[in-house]
Amino acid sequence: MADQSGIDILQYLRGQTARHVRLQFASPSEIVNPLLFFLLVVILFPLGLGPDPERLALLAPGILWVVALLANLMICMRLFVDDFEDGSLEQLAMASTPLALSVIPQLLAAWMTGGLVLSLAAPLFGMMLGLPVSAAPVLVASLLMGTAIMLLLGAVGAALTVGVRRGGILLALLILPLYIPVLIAGTRALDEALHSGDPAVALAFLGAGVTGGLLLAPLAIAAGLRVSLEL
Amino acid sequence: MWRIIHQLGSPPWVYRFCDRVIPWLLPLTAVALIVGSAWGLLFAPTDYKQGDSYRIIYIHVPAAVVSLAGYYIMAFAGLVSLVWRIKLADLAMRAAAPIGAAFTAVALITGAIWGKPTWGAWWVWDARVTSMLILFFLYVGVIALFQAYDNKTIAARACAILSLVGTVNIPIIYKSVDWWYSLHQPASIKFTGSSAIDASMLYPLLGMIVAFYALFALLLMLNLKQSLTSEYSQSNWLIKRITT
Repeated sequence: MADQSGIDILQYLRGQTARHVRLQFASPSEIVNPLLFFLLVVILFPLGLGPDPERLALLAPGILWVVALLANLMICMRLFVDDFEDGSLEQLAMASTPLALSVIPQLLAAWMTGGLVLSLAAPLFGMMLGLPVSAAPVLVASLLMGTAIMLLLGAVGAALTVGVRRGGILLALLILPLYIPVLIAGTRALDEALHSGDPAVALAFLGAGVTGGLLLAPLAIAAGLRVSLEL
Repeated sequence: MWRIIHQLGSPPWVYRFCDRVIPWLLPLTAVALIVGSAWGLLFAPTDYKQGDSYRIIYIHVPAAVVSLAGYYIMAFAGLVSLVWRIKLADLAMRAAAPIGAAFTAVALITGAIWGKPTWGAWWVWDARVTSMLILFFLYVGVIALFQAYDNKTIAARACAILSLVGTVNIPIIYKSVDWWYSLHQPASIKFTGSSAIDASMLYPLLGMIVAFYALFALLLMLNLKQSLTSEYSQSNWLIKRITT
């Protein structure tokens, strides 16, 4: 598989992903901050609702998912900002590789340092809220797919608002309504797992979301970036 | 056929078209609204269960129907502007957004007023109520994104992409909200299904839906004319048209 310039696409994707991951690790605070945010907001709930373990366990799926959603929003706000400001996004848009393809490595890297880490850390936060350990696999699985969908949708919003001053609140307004199906499916999967139901339907819904999102979102992201770059 | 499409892309033609249609549409809409409301509010039979409070349906349902259709109209205008870069489609999209948001707000507010006597609460987390609220935020998002850009041509393209993404998501959002509702609340509140409604109540309702569509079209044209005036204030054709 080689495109017109003779570059192996898979090799290109791998190289670019590695570059973006290295960039993320160059400023570790960007990886750690969403996690700290997650932890802090989870702590706020027992303080606000009272420490009754039974009630917390009842509310845990919703709390964990809403907080993960907000942490993901934080990740999306930073998504294209640096590349937009230093001009590399413009270079990427003018390169021979289609922009819809060349944003994928960046999304992949952002997910590996963001959503993946959040999902793996979530059972720990779940334990703090009294979520049974038996629900941990479903929690991780639902968040792995959910954060991927939310990143793809958030990236569309980020692409549209990257050129706007104070785009953060605007981004939240644009994409939070679109996150609702993900939130519903994610909490549903957890609820089913907690009440010895079958979480497979909700998880399959999330899986379908990832596949559909991977197919369509890069096109919308590329179109949005071109608008922001005024190309 | 092609000529009409070409004419729709021409600002002077559309301006003239609006000028010609509005004097007809305005009285027609007014008559339809008055007849529809009088029929619905005064002559339609009283509901045996809800009494007279159900009559708000004649405002509530038409507003809800048109607000959803309005989103698709806006998204379609966005698609046209994105693909063919027709300036008029930009203006139509920009004109449709606030009207649609207003209709959604009307549907939500009348829903709350209706909910108080029937359900006993101003706000209930019913699936349809929630979907309407989300639709309202989708409209607000498009308007806010448009406001955020200084360059209005760029803003229109950004809004077009956003409204298309919203169009793909609306059916998914609606389905998922239904799904969520079935989990959290077993059907404690039963809606009178639209098919179960009696003809004597249905006809005024259909009349009001038509009237609301006409109102939407009228407001869209007025709004479009206003945008055309500000957009082409320096153009010869507009100056000539206004001064003669």
